[in-house]
Amino acid sequence: MVEQLAPPTEEHIWQLLEGVSDPEVPVLSIIDLGIVRAVRVEGEEVHVTITPTYSGCPAMNVIATEIRLLLLAEGIHKLHIHNQLSPAWTTDWMSQAGRQKLEDYGIAPPVDGTATGHMLNLFGKDTAVRCPLCKSDNTHMVSQFSSTACKAHYQCDDCLEPFDYFKCHA
Amino acid sequence: MMTDSTMPAQAPAAAPSETQAQLFPFVLQLADTSLILAHRLSEWCGHGPILEQDLAMANIALDFLGEARSYYQYAAELEGKGRTEDDLAYLRSAVEYRNPLLVEQPNGDFAVTIVRQFIYDCFHYHLLLQLKSGPDAQLAAIAEKSVKEAAYHIKWSSEWVIRLGDGTEESRRRVEKAIGNLWRYSGELTTPSATEQALQAAGLVPDYAAIQQQMAAHIARVFEEATLAVPEGVFMQKGGKDGRHTEHLGYLLAELQYMQRTYPGLEW
Repeated sequence: MVEQLAPPTEEHIWQLLEGVSDPEVPVLSIIDLGIVRAVRVEGEEVHVTITPTYSGCPAMNVIATEIRLLLLAEGIHKLHIHNQLSPAWTTDWMSQAGRQKLEDYGIAPPVDGTATGHMLNLFGKDTAVRCPLCKSDNTHMVSQFSSTACKAHYQCDDCLEPFDYFKCHA
Repeated sequence: MMTDSTMPAQAPAAAPSETQAQLFPFVLQLADTSLILAHRLSEWCGHGPILEQDLAMANIALDFLGEARSYYQYAAELEGKGRTEDDLAYLRSAVEYRNPLLVEQPNGDFAVTIVRQFIYDCFHYHLLLQLKSGPDAQLAAIAEKSVKEAAYHIKWSSEWVIRLGDGTEESRRRVEKAIGNLWRYSGELTTPSATEQALQAAGLVPDYAAIQQQMAAHIARVFEEATLAVPEGVFMQKGGKDGRHTEHLGYLLAELQYMQRTYPGLEW
C-alpha cells in the first residue's frame, strides 16, 4: 500500500530550504542570503523563485540542483525553479542570523550603506570593516575583488590576518 | 556555460512580441561583446602581475560571462528558432559575431588590458544605466543586475589608469603607448550601426550621443588625474558591429569554440 503524502505547504517548503547552503559560503543557507524570493504551491506543483547574487555566480546552478534534490527526497516531484533578475539582489536581504554566522565563520559581514557609490569616487576611503578574528576596526582593503564575486579582500592592521569581507551590494 | 537542465531560461516563457523580436540583433551584439571581453580577461587567469590583480581580472571576466549568458538566453528566445545560448556562443563564425573591434584586441601588457577595459567600462556603465530605465523589461532587468557590477569595474580600471599614468616612467610609457594603439577603436562604441540606427529611431535602443558625452566627461577627468592627454583627431576604426573584424577574433574563437566544434553537443 502506498502511503498518500499530504500536499506540501509553503511554510514547510521554506523550512526545508533552510537546509540548502551556499556552496561557496557553506555556513549560510540560501534563506540567510536572501536568494529565495518566492515559494508557491499549487496542488502538487511547487514553484521556487530564486535570484542570483552576481550575474556570473557559478553557485547558482549548484543551488538549483540542491533544491531539486532536497525536495525530491521529500517526495516533491513537480518542482519548477524560476530564475528572477529584477529586483536585483542586494545584501539588504541578508538576514541578521546570516550576518552573525558569517562573522563567526571568519568573513566580515556587509556594512550597510557602503555600496560602491558613484563611480567617480576614485581612491575614496575604504569602508571601515571590523576584523572578524580580533574585532579590531583598524583594517584596510587590499583589493575590492577576492575569492568570490561577492567578497573584497581586507587585512587587519592589528592581528595582521587577511580576511574576506562580504561586500555591501545595494 | 553548456546545457543546463536545472536552470530554466531567465525570461518568462511568453512568446516575444513583434517589437521585442526586432531587438534580436542588438541583444546578440551585447552578448557577443560581453563574451569576447570575458574571454580576453580570462586569458590573464594565472598570469596577472600580482595575485590580487589576477583575481580582479578573473572576477571581472566572470561578471561579463554572466551578463553574456543573460543576453544569449534572451537572444535565443527572441529569435525563436530553437537555437540555444550555447548554439549562439559556440557555433557562429567570426563574420557572424557583432562585437565592436575594441573588445577583441589582444591583451598585450597590463597597460594595454587596462586601457581597453577602461574605454569599454566607460561605455558599458553608462549604457547599462540607460538600458536599466529603457522600454524593454528583460533588458532592463539584466542591466539593473549588471550595472552594480559595472560600477566596481569602472572604479577599478579608472584607478589603474591613474596609477599607471601618474606612476613611474615605465608605467607611463606603456600606458601612453596603449592609448595610442587603442584609441582608434573607441569611437565605434558610440557610433550606431545601421541596425542600431533603426532601433534607435523606434525608441528601442538608447541614443548614443548622451552616452558619448558622459564617457568623454569621465575620461577627461581620469586622464587629468593621470596626467595623460586625451588623444585628438584620431581616425576611428569600425566594422565589428557589422561583422568585419580584425584578424584577432578568429584566433580567439578558435580557442573559445574548440570543444564544441570538435565534439558537437558535448556536455560535462
